[in-house]
Amino acid sequence: MAIFLDENSRIIVQGMTGSEGMKHTRRMLKGGSNIVGGVNPRKAGETVDVDGTSLPVFGTVAEAIAATGANVSVIFVPPAFAKAALIEAIDAEIPLAVAITEGIPVHDSAAAWAYNLEKGQKTRIIGPNCPGIISPGKSNAGITPWDISGFGPIGLVSKSGTLTYQMMFELREIGISTAIGIGGDPIIGTTHIDALAAFEADPETKAIVLIGEIGGDSEEKAADYIKANVTKPVVAYVAGFTAPEGKTMGHAGAIVSGSAGTAQAKKEAFEAAGVKVGKTPSETAALMREVYANL
Amino acid sequence: MDLFEYQARDLFESYGVPVLQGLIADTPAEAEAAAAKIGGLVVVKAQVQVGGRGKAGGVKVAKNPEEARDRANDILGLDIKGHVVKRVMIAEGASIDKEFYFSVLLDRSNRTFLALCSVEGGMEIEQLAVERPEALAKIAVNALEGIDDAKALEIAKAGGFDDELAAKVAPVFVKLWNVFKNEDATLVEVNPLVLHTDGRILALDGKVTLDDNAEFRHEGREAVSIAKVDPLEAKAKELDLNYVKLEGQVGIIGNGAGLVMSTLDVVAYAGERHGGVRPANFLDIGGGASAEVMANGLGLILGDSDVKSVFVNVFGGITACDAVANGIVGALATLGDSATKPLVVRLDGNNVVEGRRILAEANHPLVTVVETMDEAADKAAELANR
Repeated sequence: MAIFLDENSRIIVQGMTGSEGMKHTRRMLKGGSNIVGGVNPRKAGETVDVDGTSLPVFGTVAEAIAATGANVSVIFVPPAFAKAALIEAIDAEIPLAVAITEGIPVHDSAAAWAYNLEKGQKTRIIGPNCPGIISPGKSNAGITPWDISGFGPIGLVSKSGTLTYQMMFELREIGISTAIGIGGDPIIGTTHIDALAAFEADPETKAIVLIGEIGGDSEEKAADYIKANVTKPVVAYVAGFTAPEGKTMGHAGAIVSGSAGTAQAKKEAFEAAGVKVGKTPSETAALMREVYANL
Repeated sequence: MDLFEYQARDLFESYGVPVLQGLIADTPAEAEAAAAKIGGLVVVKAQVQVGGRGKAGGVKVAKNPEEARDRANDILGLDIKGHVVKRVMIAEGASIDKEFYFSVLLDRSNRTFLALCSVEGGMEIEQLAVERPEALAKIAVNALEGIDDAKALEIAKAGGFDDELAAKVAPVFVKLWNVFKNEDATLVEVNPLVLHTDGRILALDGKVTLDDNAEFRHEGREAVSIAKVDPLEAKAKELDLNYVKLEGQVGIIGNGAGLVMSTLDVVAYAGERHGGVRPANFLDIGGGASAEVMANGLGLILGDSDVKSVFVNVFGGITACDAVANGIVGALATLGDSATKPLVVRLDGNNVVEGRRILAEANHPLVTVVETMDEAADKAAELANR
């Protein structure tokens, strides 16, 4: 098992024929993902050859689902069109939509999220502005390099892409069940808590690493949730202790506003919930290895 | 991007939000002319993006143009919590009957928008929220529905307005929502919103924050932001680099916002062992960075006179370590003898073997390759402290 994404995932790529979409479709295929087609209304009916795999292009997500039985969509369309792409995925009721696109206006993300609620949340959204989700050895929906780590018992959920890679790398000798990059935007679909709940329920995940960063209160809420609901050991890392107030650190959501959203507050919330917090990514990985050795 | 008060005022006016006359002045003479144009009593207001300017002497009443000139002379150049006043707004005087509060903002915790409203205005909203939380209405605003007439009335009544006043302020709330929505704002705040003695509702002061991600659909927006930008940050923007200047000695370059933030922390911890050196900047060269982007970034960091050493920390996901290595070697070749600061490089991930080989082959005297992030941070801090 893994969470949200496994060997039964049939993936379509919205924006497959664009340069980013094509590059990462190629990488996902190489890593063993079952990509069944792409969506681009201007190229509907065409077929694209990707390193020997012939992929049909559909006009809409709904058509792609009807023809291929797709149950996951990865979205690579540019920011200006991302809201429409998400709404199309929601309308088609695809079970999982992974929005990789960086730089989507927050009013668009807010509208897409409100629309998903209105439609009864039939679609799980991951992202936007995220590396996607990978269940090593099973499937990869997004841009995470597929060969960093093999399958194993550690679940990983992170706001940051490269820190996800770094942590997978550090823990590659134990292995990862699923790694989810939830994204660094102010409004995201899947939260730390959603991932924690799924990892708690997944029999193959034995321990969880949570990576957070400054901004918002997702980590504080996750800490409360862990205290009340998670029985598996959790180790956490928070980035941004040195970030000054009022400066956005790369991610649109990574900003300390007054006393809200500081790394220190997040660390304290985790520690109050009994979660060990590493000072650096390496120390966090070392804490996890220790936890794993004692399981 | 945060707007200055006068920019918010102009924006409000263009949406039909009732405001008083306001003209900007960068010199006392301009202030005098502006006051003469407006006529009567005016208020000279420092244009700074920081709270508490009134208490700091940044807001003064003037009875005539000569007084406006003198007050502007007092205020221009004033340092308000580190913000030097370069511009004032000369605002028409108002005879205030009552003061209120209204804002609409992004509520990331609930993944929606939120309207805050109170019939009790005139004080800092943080203070009101703490002292009389029951007086501050917090009403969720659906992103798809927004604030229409009915919603505006609901918000006003929740904020404690009586029927008559609610009917007067509600249309203003709708217009402020239009500003929020159409301008892609993440905050529109009016404090105070006032009832003038002549019966008008007026937005006397405004704070607006715009979403940088939406710049592509607002032509000319970039031109709106004025001054106050660090020269290195301005140069980084030209080069399309994601850069924030900090006050330290170790230049930082990495890929991915999270990893770079983490690198700053690890360097600061290492600095505790090396004379208290700190990271000099945040610079994220992003996923899939080319040798050219790496070289641009390195050039920028080496041009910062505060920087004593540089730490390049890359985990190659999409980014290939060989491209990073080529960027470093190329940038150092271009800079030649003008490059004098030591570089510590840590590479891992995609094409790491080739990346390390390129650096080993170049064997540049300024470059030290270190295997792990923690050890590399320690080395960079040590070099910055020499």
